[in-house]
Amino acid sequence: MTGLQALVVAPVLVPLAAAGVLILLTARPPGGGGPFLLPMAARRAVAFTAVAATTAVSAVLLAATSGGAVVVQRLGGWPAGIAIPLAADAFGTIMLTVTGVLGLACLAFAALNDADTDRAFLPQSLLLLAGVHGAYLTADLFTLFVFIEVMLVPSYVLIATGRGPERIAASRLYLTVNLLASTVFLAGLGLVYGVAGTVSLGDLAGRAVADPALAAATAVVLLALAVKSALVPLHNWLPRAYTAAPAAVTVLFSGLLTKVGVYALFRVYSVVYDGDPRFLPVVLVAALLTMVVGVLGAVGAGGMRQILAFHMVSQIGYIVLGLAISTPAGLAAAIYFLVQYVLVKAALLMVAGAVEQHVGTDALDRLGGLAARNPATAAAFAVSALSLAGIPPLSGFVGKLALVVGAVEAGRLTAALVAIGVSVFTLLSMLKIWNGAFWGGPEPAPDPGGGTGTVVALRVPVRAVVPALALGGLSLLLGLWAEPLLAVAGVAAQGLADAGAWATAVGAP
Amino acid sequence: MTAAVVVAVLVAGGVYLVLQRELLRVVLGFVLLGHGVNVLIISAGGMAAREPALLGQQDRAQMADPLPQAFVLTAIVIAFAITVYLLALLKAGDTDDDGTQPDPYRRATGGEDAS
Repeated sequence: MTGLQALVVAPVLVPLAAAGVLILLTARPPGGGGPFLLPMAARRAVAFTAVAATTAVSAVLLAATSGGAVVVQRLGGWPAGIAIPLAADAFGTIMLTVTGVLGLACLAFAALNDADTDRAFLPQSLLLLAGVHGAYLTADLFTLFVFIEVMLVPSYVLIATGRGPERIAASRLYLTVNLLASTVFLAGLGLVYGVAGTVSLGDLAGRAVADPALAAATAVVLLALAVKSALVPLHNWLPRAYTAAPAAVTVLFSGLLTKVGVYALFRVYSVVYDGDPRFLPVVLVAALLTMVVGVLGAVGAGGMRQILAFHMVSQIGYIVLGLAISTPAGLAAAIYFLVQYVLVKAALLMVAGAVEQHVGTDALDRLGGLAARNPATAAAFAVSALSLAGIPPLSGFVGKLALVVGAVEAGRLTAALVAIGVSVFTLLSMLKIWNGAFWGGPEPAPDPGGGTGTVVALRVPVRAVVPALALGGLSLLLGLWAEPLLAVAGVAAQGLADAGAWATAVGAP
Repeated sequence: MTAAVVVAVLVAGGVYLVLQRELLRVVLGFVLLGHGVNVLIISAGGMAAREPALLGQQDRAQMADPLPQAFVLTAIVIAFAITVYLLALLKAGDTDDDGTQPDPYRRATGGEDAS
């Protein structure tokens, strides 16, 4: 076992161990009352150290796999075929690294806004990260199910830590939808096992092309993953649930939960169906519907976070469009888009969360004139919003351009046109937020009716948006200097397109 | 055949209950659905051989496939934990759950989306 192989388990074990430490040391002393065992600063330090260490390991794994290598670790030292394999390839390690960066930014955002003082926040976030990392590393459908559950259970807790009467209703909705999806996933697993006699992705590689029964069984798994990715028409839970969660939790969820669903869609389709073009029209229709329905929902929504939640749905459509094209260029574009989108959307949600916390509302008809008093907040929002809409020289532009070029090269002209049209609507709803919340005088006239009128623009402290500014700067950097990420995304796409090599690496003794 | 009927009955009952308004029925529906899926996974390993998979003590042809059993064991543990949490959520908001109030999910996003 080489050192690299030993490192593959670290992204799962390190956050898990840190979460255990935090849970043990923040438990209330027997008898109730009394101080926590660890002060807040120490708890933050444990969480930061764990996530930073994980991110560093992910970066090392990314460097090791960016040439196309696959690092495989068989847990427990069992031979191939019996052991549970963890496999790090370029696609997985890109996702691991961006998850780590997002995790650090989110912890910083929560710390700077005192959003992490809830006893559950830090340990549950770390558990969530462990599950997400595991899902990016596993090479086995059942282990994927387990890691998705490891990710979902903390998310059930986190979403219920919000305030207000909506949180219970939103938690129930979120929990029941995800539980149903997990049950469908499990049923699909049973069917796959019944048809193929294995659930290891390495053994299933390419078998759905010639075996319609396996194709149908895997489709049940894909259906469950589509719910978790919030693909239209299975998207309705996302905008409702995410807007009721606390701001820091929404940031974490936006970058992690649906992305795992999308990652698994890419992985399972590319490996089990070997990118079979016969089923791609279904994916294409779902992708286009997701883009359009999501953005129309955003145009009709009235709160900052609600608009952003609908955009989450819409942007998932862009990413899945890459899968619907399934050429190496399309897949590479989708991976680049996915990475930059995670960062940009997190920045936007941080701005919305900071405004909501410090001004007291994120309803556009009650806000106004934020830009005059809060130039840093406005700058963080403007950079990220323009990137989301796809304005050069930001990273969103590079991602969308690559996707559109990929679609045109693959002969999907309609898809390319829809992608451009949806961009216009994205810009429109970003302008709506800008006009509603940031533009205008510093102290707009109070509404004579009182109560529901415009609130006087209050200050949002600069520290509250520092992580958002950093992520916005990262978006600018990825836009101006896109070559390295595009190159790695190309390697990752090659690995997806040539699933046979991945399967051989996973299954090799 | 028996397994197929059992799965069909459990899933039909589960779906019916999940579609009800009151959360307690939804929870019970998920319990039924979970059992249905567990039987499905067990039957995916073959129903003919049923002896314990203990090397050296059983005839190999009579051994049940142990892998689906391991799957189901994992699934039962996860489903149990989530059921308990669902029940806690049920208790946390029990005032809006007698089935006579307006749909609580209407209010979940501030009533903006009309979907």
